[in-house]
Amino acid sequence: MTRSTRDAPAPSAASEPSEPPEPTEPPEPTEPTGADGAPPVSGPPGGPRTLLSWARNTWRGLVSMRTALVLLFLLAVAALPGALLPQRSLNPAKITEYRDQHPWLGPLLDRLGFFDVFASPWFAAIYLLLFVSLIGCLTPRTLEYARACRARPVVTPRNLFRLPHHASALVDGPPEQALEQVRSRLRGWRVREEPDGAGGYTVSAEKGYLREAGNLVFHLALVGLLIGFAVGKLFGYEGQVIVLTGGNQFCNSGILGYDSFKAGNLVDGTSLNQFCVKVDTFNAQYLPNGQPDHYEAAIGYQAGADLAAGSDGPWRPYQLKVNSPLRVAGDRVYLLGHGYAPTFTVTFPDGTARTQTIQWKPADQSTMLSEGATKFDRPGLADEASRRQNQIAVTGLLAPTSSGGKVITSVFPALLHPEVAVDVVRGDLGLDDGRGQSIFEVSQAQLESGALKRVARQNLQPGEQIRLDDGTTVRFDSVTQWVDLQISHDPAEDFVLVFAVLILLGLGTSLTIKRRRFWAKIRPAQAPADQGRTVMEIGGLARTDQAGYGEEFGRLRAALLGAAGADESENTNTSRPDGGPRDRGGSA
Amino acid sequence: MPVNATLATYSDYAFHSAVGIYLLAMLLHLGEYARTRVPAALARVRVPAGAPAIADAASAATDVTPADPTAAPGPAAGPAASADQPGRPWRERFGRMAVALTVLGALVQIGSVATRGFAVGRWPWGNMYEFISAVCLMAVLTWLYVLRRSPAIRPLGAFVLLPVEVLLFLAGSALYVRPAPVMPALQSYWLTIHVTAVSLASGLLMVSGVASVLYLLRRYSRAGWLDVLPAADALDRVAYRVTIFAFPLYTFAIICGAIWAEAAWGRFWGWDPKETVAFVVWVVYACYLHARSTAGWRTGGAAWINVCGLAAVLFNLFFINLVTTGLHSYAGVG
Repeated sequence: MTRSTRDAPAPSAASEPSEPPEPTEPPEPTEPTGADGAPPVSGPPGGPRTLLSWARNTWRGLVSMRTALVLLFLLAVAALPGALLPQRSLNPAKITEYRDQHPWLGPLLDRLGFFDVFASPWFAAIYLLLFVSLIGCLTPRTLEYARACRARPVVTPRNLFRLPHHASALVDGPPEQALEQVRSRLRGWRVREEPDGAGGYTVSAEKGYLREAGNLVFHLALVGLLIGFAVGKLFGYEGQVIVLTGGNQFCNSGILGYDSFKAGNLVDGTSLNQFCVKVDTFNAQYLPNGQPDHYEAAIGYQAGADLAAGSDGPWRPYQLKVNSPLRVAGDRVYLLGHGYAPTFTVTFPDGTARTQTIQWKPADQSTMLSEGATKFDRPGLADEASRRQNQIAVTGLLAPTSSGGKVITSVFPALLHPEVAVDVVRGDLGLDDGRGQSIFEVSQAQLESGALKRVARQNLQPGEQIRLDDGTTVRFDSVTQWVDLQISHDPAEDFVLVFAVLILLGLGTSLTIKRRRFWAKIRPAQAPADQGRTVMEIGGLARTDQAGYGEEFGRLRAALLGAAGADESENTNTSRPDGGPRDRGGSA
Repeated sequence: MPVNATLATYSDYAFHSAVGIYLLAMLLHLGEYARTRVPAALARVRVPAGAPAIADAASAATDVTPADPTAAPGPAAGPAASADQPGRPWRERFGRMAVALTVLGALVQIGSVATRGFAVGRWPWGNMYEFISAVCLMAVLTWLYVLRRSPAIRPLGAFVLLPVEVLLFLAGSALYVRPAPVMPALQSYWLTIHVTAVSLASGLLMVSGVASVLYLLRRYSRAGWLDVLPAADALDRVAYRVTIFAFPLYTFAIICGAIWAEAAWGRFWGWDPKETVAFVVWVVYACYLHARSTAGWRTGGAAWINVCGLAAVLFNLFFINLVTTGLHSYAGVG
């Protein structure tokens, strides 16, 4: 996660390691302009040079860590209204409510895009700037990392005792033997050995290159994720449709088949993935307290070659459940909801009868008390005016398990004792005035204007009927279940998943692997008493914010120097805040 | 799946016991603070009285200090009091008792969670009561693990247990729901994976947030009682180390949530209020990690961001579940 110079080569390995100097960009050698946005000392004001340096300084400012920090913070703050205010994509009705309650603030927020936060220009501006900053920072770092991977470890500092971890001891055997010891201990490290010109050797070693790789993978995968997200939003679609059980079908052939349809900007609805779904039965199980326990719809589907056979052709069965969508032809079919559709038969005085089954919508999800309107056109009337005066609608409430009594309500969501409480209205339903009308209610305007009159109000159980003044009867026959299906298409879903996994892997790598250095100086002992022995000095430096290097260094020290080196190092370690004996392991 | 009422009752008993045990542990931790001054004051009273050694053997360790009554026995005071002697300072005793009780409380709470799970025949994080219990358990386990790694931060215990107590109290009273099966959308193995990861990450972030709050207190306040706390840089280190473990875990939890949402709700990401705030939390902790490697932000600024992160986590837990309506409204209350 580090984007500053934390991981960049320190000017001198032996300088204060816990606080490396901070300039986010090394100053350009050919240009007197500093990285801190200072104006250039040369060049006429307002000339192309000024413009150029202004552009460069802006760019540097944009890709700096501080800017990234500010943009990240802005991103978090800007996303918050998306959770606190009603959002158009989730619940448009709530926005109307909010606007009514806040007549001054509501429209203002709406104009500023606060009800579409994640589609608003200001939110886009923040994350696009953030990603520009990210790419501007990543590109040089990737190149630098590629160079660093080929580069040899840095030379051994002159004074190892200025490092946070260090020790020295006199070991037995000639320098070559000690060198061999060091070599065998540094398997898996990148090692550079050099003779010091006086019969000894210096060894510098470095490990943990994968940290930066993980860091880069993480950030690049974020870019990939954003692209995948955008592709999904541009080419994806999502539509809902209510299908009655009992073998009714839905075919994904065009957007007109849907009750509601949300398409990406590049979807015109002409080339949806072809498949058909047939809903046979729906089964809901409830706990005694009415809480739903299980939903399951038995459906059949056709795709590909099966489609040619038509609706009589083979239907592949599938049990559609809440957590197991049907994945077919590149689309997904979800079971989103369910409800009841009462069947009414209207028998007109001339003996003609019309039967309809139309979905009513649940008004109360816990008891499935439903409301709706079933609308009839009287047949056999050629005259347009009298046809309009004789339309009939049955509207009211449906209780799947009725409480009984004069005013009914539903006491249980399952279909145990269905009963409807309905008004029958007659007149002009207003279906021909060119305006869209909800299928769940009759036009309130028509009722108020008197064009539509209530002619009966009654509670009905299945089989019961109402007789109107003109001899028309309205019979409540039965109740059918319907299911609410959602069909979703997102071509980039797998792409996004791959990048999400890469994000996780990159993050794990960059936060667990530590970049660390180790040095050893081996030279023949000078004192005559120690002929044939070797002085070994070792030093270590963890180059990342989270050190935790103490334990590993301790093991190296014990292996290379034995007990002789241990004491000295222990003393220095306890005095360092960064590498004491408590400093074990990576994470707490 | 019928609910086993007996097991459910045991689970509730265990829950209440755990809350009580944590409370006791917290008080003992507070005793750790109180004792830093009291013995010195007592000693000041005793010296002029010229009283002989008090029979209470336990105060012997503090009685040796009357020569310098202003010296509060710090953690290093009483080097003579080795591990198993009765003369160990009260402060040390309180602290040890508190830790022992915390361990006991965690065991009892594990029992509560497990019996609840067996009682309902599913993984027991299906509503807000169960979820908060899980988060608090994870926070306590994290705390005990951190404590094991660096024993010197023990006085932090009172402040880790404080939010745990508050949350558990709320969960056990206002948010309590009787054990029951969950609604169909929650009947998935992703419940186990996603919610476990979220609760563990939240527990970790809670510990980290508390460490950062105290770090800021230690850094900006000169209040005397703060001297008992570990040094500022130790607190900062705990906060950072816990966070770098929690952040990938939180990322994993969000990704699991997205995979589950794809199967249950028809899209992997839909800016549901909970998803939005989870995103905000993620960005805030990304901020924290970036601040850790930006000059001028490394310590103080980063700690403030970490505190913001903790606030966002708690906001996500309470506000989003209880006030707004969204797909994650499974609190089972109201």
